[in-house]
Amino acid sequence: MNVHSNLDTTDQKMTARGVSVYYGDKKAIDDVSIDIPTEYVTAFIGPSGCGKSTFLRTMNRMNDTIPSARVEGTITLDGEDIYKSGMDVVQLRARVGMVFQKPNPFPKSIYDNVAYGPKIHGFAESKSELDEVVEKSLRRAGLWQEVKERLDDSGTALSGGQQQRLCIARAIAVDPEVILMDEPCSALDPIATAKIEELIDELKGRYAIVIVTHSMQQAARVSERTAFFHLGKMVEYGRTSDIFTNPQETRTQDYITGRYG
Amino acid sequence: MSPAILLLLALGLGLAGWLAARARAWGFKRASEGKRLAALPTYHAWYVALWIVVPVIIFIAIWSAIAPQLIVNSVLASPAAADLPAFGMQRAQILSEARAAASGSTSAMFNPASRDFVEPFREAISRTNWIGIAATLAIALLGGIWSFLRLKPDFTARTRVERAVMVVLLLASLVAILTTLGILVSLVFETVRFFGMVDPWSFLTGTHWGPDPMANPDNPDPTRYGAIPLFWGTIYIGAIIAMIVAIPLGLMSAIYLTQYAKPSWRKWLKPALEILAGVPTVVYGYFAALTVAPVVRDAAVAIGISNASSESALAAGLVMGIMIIPFVSSMADDSIAAVPQAMRDGSLAMGATTSETISKVLVPAALPGIVAGVMLAISRAIGETMIVVMAAGAAANLSANPLEAMTTVTFQIVAMLTGEGSFDHPATLSAFALGFVLFMVTLGLNFVALRVVKRFREAYE
Repeated sequence: MNVHSNLDTTDQKMTARGVSVYYGDKKAIDDVSIDIPTEYVTAFIGPSGCGKSTFLRTMNRMNDTIPSARVEGTITLDGEDIYKSGMDVVQLRARVGMVFQKPNPFPKSIYDNVAYGPKIHGFAESKSELDEVVEKSLRRAGLWQEVKERLDDSGTALSGGQQQRLCIARAIAVDPEVILMDEPCSALDPIATAKIEELIDELKGRYAIVIVTHSMQQAARVSERTAFFHLGKMVEYGRTSDIFTNPQETRTQDYITGRYG
Repeated sequence: MSPAILLLLALGLGLAGWLAARARAWGFKRASEGKRLAALPTYHAWYVALWIVVPVIIFIAIWSAIAPQLIVNSVLASPAAADLPAFGMQRAQILSEARAAASGSTSAMFNPASRDFVEPFREAISRTNWIGIAATLAIALLGGIWSFLRLKPDFTARTRVERAVMVVLLLASLVAILTTLGILVSLVFETVRFFGMVDPWSFLTGTHWGPDPMANPDNPDPTRYGAIPLFWGTIYIGAIIAMIVAIPLGLMSAIYLTQYAKPSWRKWLKPALEILAGVPTVVYGYFAALTVAPVVRDAAVAIGISNASSESALAAGLVMGIMIIPFVSSMADDSIAAVPQAMRDGSLAMGATTSETISKVLVPAALPGIVAGVMLAISRAIGETMIVVMAAGAAANLSANPLEAMTTVTFQIVAMLTGEGSFDHPATLSAFALGFVLFMVTLGLNFVALRVVKRFREAYE
């Protein structure tokens, strides 16, 4: 089933149908349905408090850590409902990784930060295998050249941009299928932002990527699909080029032209 | 005239100054026709009042210290004093009797010679009182007039009063610090006296503890003053047995409270745990002596140790461990809670379970705070007295058997100070040397713990 008549039918990595999220009695997300394609970058845009981050966190059940949060509707990963009872959240999060707004490396060495996921999921049998995973992940995150001489230094000693790439390397290391990025550049300067955007470009195709961003330019630069959220509803979803040049909804148009947000 | 009356006088003058200055400041305000004064009239009032009261209080403090001596000096200068015995008890007795009679607190006199001095004393006392009152008035007036004349519409009374408030607060904080220093100095003084009688080396390395308060104080036997068994007992009970109980239980309850407990449970459990810290240690003491110690003894007998005593290091250590749990758990709780939520989210988002997140991310990140908490807990445990007094026994055993009675530094301090020895006997003075060692150890532990906590704070801010 394709809920988006304006889009080609592509491989759908994740789907959401009629998803509503409540914090206590407050409805934060109202009846959102969306398909996340496998080979593209999908951007969620919208004004602050519109629910885009909340919705992102429902996609790997990070909302479970908030006791008052409640989710209705279904979200699937490769056709499997991730909110069904008996779902192993640990497995889900290994498959759907997440990068946060503020870089949050652990207060451990760079090596241990990247090796953390492979270790807890038992990916590497030997030290040399683990070394390989760490190197591969750091290379993919474009950080290897900068840190290969100092893998034993603390991850927190890196610059903000490097820390964020370390967090991406850490997410990649468990070989996820989807990477959720929650405003990954909002704490970074323009140069570090450009590097992360480059990195997203390189990771595209290998992982389904969903990025929440405040910057419409960033959405336009890195994504193929854009969803516009407003007041907990998804107003419009389509090709990024269509959303930015020919939005169907006046609310989308108002937001994009800077009338509010 | 007692200092209290001088003080009342000063406060009365201060109040007068306060009212006068406020009236004057309001006068400025009326005269300035709507322009703002540099300070509110109340600040002008306080400024003058402080200038009256503070110098007077300083004067009273000095005066009440030197006035008695001035009285005695003037009496000794009187002609009657020529007949006094030169030195000794009799002279002091005559003077104090005469003085008591002069101030009216007694009428009976045992020494006829005292009678000659009553009149000189009476004169000297009244003269000194008048000098005191006159000086108080003079100082208050000088301060009041000087400060009153400084008041002007643009006088910055507010900043000056604020500065005075700061000085008061500074003095308040100095009291605690100076008290600590004073304790240290008095300890050092008595400790040095003790080490003049028993050499430090045999005190710190000897393995036999058995001071005899009845022995000849001039020639103490240094082999009876070996404190090693006490140090060992203290460490064994306070830092080993108690910590084996307190560290795991405290840490696990902190982890449960911060990571697993529902808010409604946490709301109940955390204060309940903190009540443990408020139980008087003497209550723990009889809990240890009357409940835990017999259980420990019975258990030891049940497993075939027939000579288990009812006083044991194990019983004292177990109860002390329970007492220490709140210290460990509240420090661990604070430092785990201080690890940013982002760390936890980061780990969970990698697919780590809650317990993996705790053991691999949260506890390592909080470790400095936890270590500091443990150090503070140890310093608390080795300074603890009541539990060991009631449950650990008095025998200075150097043994690793937890079922044996042991004694600690704190216990022996109590025993030596309340013993039969005279105050300058080495057995009594040894209490100060023990106290000094204990003080240095706990000071060191606290110092290191605070350093560790400080470094930990810097890591996240």
